[in-house]
Amino acid sequence: MERRKTPLWSKHKSLGARLIDFGGWDMPVQYPAGTIKEHLAVRNAVGLFDVSHMGEVYLRGPNAREQVDRLTTNNVAGAPVGKAVYTLLCRPDGGVVDDCIFYKKSDTEFFVIVNASNTPKDVGWFREHVKFPCDVVDVSDETALIAVQGPKAVAMVDALAGSTLAQLPSFTFAETTVAGVACTVCRTGYTGEDGFELVCANSDAVALWNALLDAATPLGGLPIGLGARDTLRLESKLPLYGNDLDDDHTPLEAGLGWAVKLDGREFFGAERLREQKRTGLTRQLVGFKIDESLRAIARHGYPVVDRATNTTIGTVTSGGPGILVGGAIGLAYVPVAYATPSTQLTIDCRGKDVPATVVSGKFYKRS
Amino acid sequence: MSTFPTDLRYTNDHEWLRAQGTGWRVGITQFAVDALGDITLVDLPKEGDLVTKGQRFGTIESVKSVSDLYAPVSGRVLAVNTALKDSPESVNTEPYGKGWMIDLEPTEKSELDELMSPEAYTTHVSAQ
Repeated sequence: MERRKTPLWSKHKSLGARLIDFGGWDMPVQYPAGTIKEHLAVRNAVGLFDVSHMGEVYLRGPNAREQVDRLTTNNVAGAPVGKAVYTLLCRPDGGVVDDCIFYKKSDTEFFVIVNASNTPKDVGWFREHVKFPCDVVDVSDETALIAVQGPKAVAMVDALAGSTLAQLPSFTFAETTVAGVACTVCRTGYTGEDGFELVCANSDAVALWNALLDAATPLGGLPIGLGARDTLRLESKLPLYGNDLDDDHTPLEAGLGWAVKLDGREFFGAERLREQKRTGLTRQLVGFKIDESLRAIARHGYPVVDRATNTTIGTVTSGGPGILVGGAIGLAYVPVAYATPSTQLTIDCRGKDVPATVVSGKFYKRS
Repeated sequence: MSTFPTDLRYTNDHEWLRAQGTGWRVGITQFAVDALGDITLVDLPKEGDLVTKGQRFGTIESVKSVSDLYAPVSGRVLAVNTALKDSPESVNTEPYGKGWMIDLEPTEKSELDELMSPEAYTTHVSAQ
């Protein structure tokens, strides 16, 4: 089957990107600079990400607020207009359908950006559970999305938008023009850095990308592939659906309790999550570090073992080199008895037992 | 498409060999490097170890993935590029130079005849 292409595909080609199949999309995994340089460009300057493969959906109707409230673990419906809210979509059993960001345009109109690989599933989930007269409108095929992230991102985009954006608070959005292109500009991202995500029409994507790249290059900015997108989000301990989140684990187990607002609300999964809160967790997602001197990297799928009992107690869900923090870092589901910070875990790295230390908080936090 | 040095021999697994004194120097090709991306760790055998053709003799970790290194021929390890411990990125920047991995003294000379010429390797790569 032919891979799908974003409107920026030919730009990636001409920039010399290495393209891979990502959930059916032909996407840049890295540009000639390579993943490490791209990672550092986002931490130190600014990076541009084509994330047009992600899904964009509207929920619209006089009852939209009430419908959105039933679908989301976080308090999206009750948020102020103009606010962006990270939330989980849960099944009644508490498993995660997807994680996503909702943008409240009004009580009758919500915009949501969902994971690329989950778009058809999410749209189906919305259509199945949203009651008339709320409409589910999937605009993914005509919508482009460019993320601009890094310490120089805000000033750079602000200058291209006639100084309308610098004051935009974190996790809010505005309709404006960037480099002559009509955009919804969201002060959101998934890298641990400040920045924006720019939503525009497919037909405007190349013009916007060119203007952003022209502005970013003199600042030491780079286009960023999926390789660095993954190392950046992991270093900031942001979970990735399909690795760290899935329908077998609840948001509470994933450490996303801050995005679950149970007070007096009834949404899909609320009952199960209340019960889990009451009875306590049996397992949870933890961050771990492997010391640089061990020269080992624990990756997705590697077993966490207890050699005292010779049992597998958990699984690494994400892992890779700690590009800024050194050694290796990762996330794993383990029984709560092993989840306390400083606990020593043993990870079976392709037949070699490697000690890892449970750490709390983000591996990297911007200053 | 990269071109491959004409003074080397190659394997299906994207390794190169260069005659060097009594032994053969082994590394990985530009094609392999491009596929792996930024290399962060290279785990190699010790001097004096014996390796068997087709068996794992080391591993190479990039940001994205881990891969085994397979011995291109059977032999004894004459030398190991210990500099890769501190600068694995040499494999990315100079795969045919500073990024070499081990020197091997072949024990089965006939295995050398099975290595690919640059032309054969170029054809192999363009089929991938």
